Amino acid sequence: MLDRAATDTAKNEATRPVRFRGAGFEPASSRYGGWIALALVIAIWQAAGSAGLVNALFLPTPSAIVRAIYQLAVSGALWQHVSASLLRIGVGWLLGTAAGIAVGFAIGLSRLARSVGITFISALFPIPKIALLPLLILWLGIGEEPKIATIALGVFFSTAISVYSGVDAVPRNLIRMAQSFNVPFATIVRKVIWPGALPAILAGFRITASVALLLVVSAEMIGAQYGIGAFVLQAGNLMQTDQLLAGVVILSVFGLAVGKVIGWLEMRLLHWR
Amino acid sequence: MDLIASHITHRFGDLAVLDDVSFTVSAGEVVAIVGPSGCGKSTLLSILGGLLQPTSGAPELRGAPPADSLNPLTFVFQDFALLPWATVEENVEFPLLHTQLSAAQRRALVEDALRRTGLADFRQTYPKQLSGGMRQRVGISRALAVKPAILLMDEPLSALDSQTRELLLEDFIRLLADGGMGAVYVTHNLEEAARLADRIVVLSRRPGRIREVVTVPMTRAARGEAAAREKLLALQNQIWSLIRNEAIDAEREVQHA
Repeated sequence: MLDRAATDTAKNEATRPVRFRGAGFEPASSRYGGWIALALVIAIWQAAGSAGLVNALFLPTPSAIVRAIYQLAVSGALWQHVSASLLRIGVGWLLGTAAGIAVGFAIGLSRLARSVGITFISALFPIPKIALLPLLILWLGIGEEPKIATIALGVFFSTAISVYSGVDAVPRNLIRMAQSFNVPFATIVRKVIWPGALPAILAGFRITASVALLLVVSAEMIGAQYGIGAFVLQAGNLMQTDQLLAGVVILSVFGLAVGKVIGWLEMRLLHWR
Repeated sequence: MDLIASHITHRFGDLAVLDDVSFTVSAGEVVAIVGPSGCGKSTLLSILGGLLQPTSGAPELRGAPPADSLNPLTFVFQDFALLPWATVEENVEFPLLHTQLSAAQRRALVEDALRRTGLADFRQTYPKQLSGGMRQRVGISRALAVKPAILLMDEPLSALDSQTRELLLEDFIRLLADGGMGAVYVTHNLEEAARLADRIVVLSRRPGRIREVVTVPMTRAARGEAAAREKLLALQNQIWSLIRNEAIDAEREVQHA
């Protein structure tokens, strides 16, 4: 009754809409927005270069960079440099990842491995791995081994950390559930802990792929005849900025490709999320 | 097969949780455990099921389990504990994978369990696609697949809305009707305890001690009838009067913690 009376009194007054306050904080990326922006930047860059507003020595035009990549591809040098880098990244990443997964699981599952492993990882992880390259050259010679070992070391620490964090994040109730059905240890690891830790492991792959790329370029700049890093350094020394940027573009494409592969893996393996 | 809680005492560090709890769950019997929040109900169930080592005392079994039982003491969890990356069918098959059963035998058990819980049409569904009630049905289906002698149910309905709770409670009553399977049913809901249990173990506030064991004086089938409603309500009130003051104290303690 009281409500009705209140409504009645207010009935003759003008109404006004309740202001909407719930907008924002929901950033959604549009499908083509990023590509359009990228194309726009390249177009402006090209136009500025063609109009002579930018010195080609300091910043060559996108078309000059494309031309440089084309010439590198035709001469066969592109493949020589890319294959050398790919081999180092591939072998180094695989070795580092395999060791990182094994150690990460050990730390995640065993008390002894955890107490020893975390101490070592905490002490060694912050060291920039490239600083170890001279030592590794001393130990392993001047061939491919020290470069591969540098990459493997960089990848190993990040992988081990993401794997044991992933194992720690597997809900304990799922492990207790498996134990309550007398599921053996190995099956719990394979069927509960591995899939449960996989999201963190794959997220770790994104980081280790960029670590591997960073380290291969650094290592090749310090001591290599072939490889994208060596090529970029050489081009810089000779003031061939179109070649230099060609190398940078190739690195960027490689990074994008790795990102796509990991994205595809996540889609395939983590579709249940 | 009987399950016996024999003088179980448990402490978490300095915190005494259970104090000398003893009772027996006979074959086919349903025993509910109720008590104020934090009285150690779930801890007691974990101890009974061998998932937690008590500070002293022990859970014991008497008599052989049914010959076809693959896991005599089987949990049904409050949070369902389903593998999110596995389909309904794979979740139900999960506890059978390490057994000696052939693929065909496993399939038959899974099929039977899915049928009994009304999940046959959802076998390829992932847990995230299911409602809470259906998820718990998967949990129950998984428990049935291993042919348990005693179900250890840890507040299996407390994560569900009241309508779903009612539907699943009816399912439990149906599944436990023939007395082939016993259960220890931990709950804070006195109505669930009164409708499902043969006996209700009432625990005191922490450290949990047995305050009283109340026998429900009618068959489960009879409890569905209208005439039984008043008696069940009286029973619930009787239990509530036992724990009400302690429940108030327990609530205040939690709020001050």
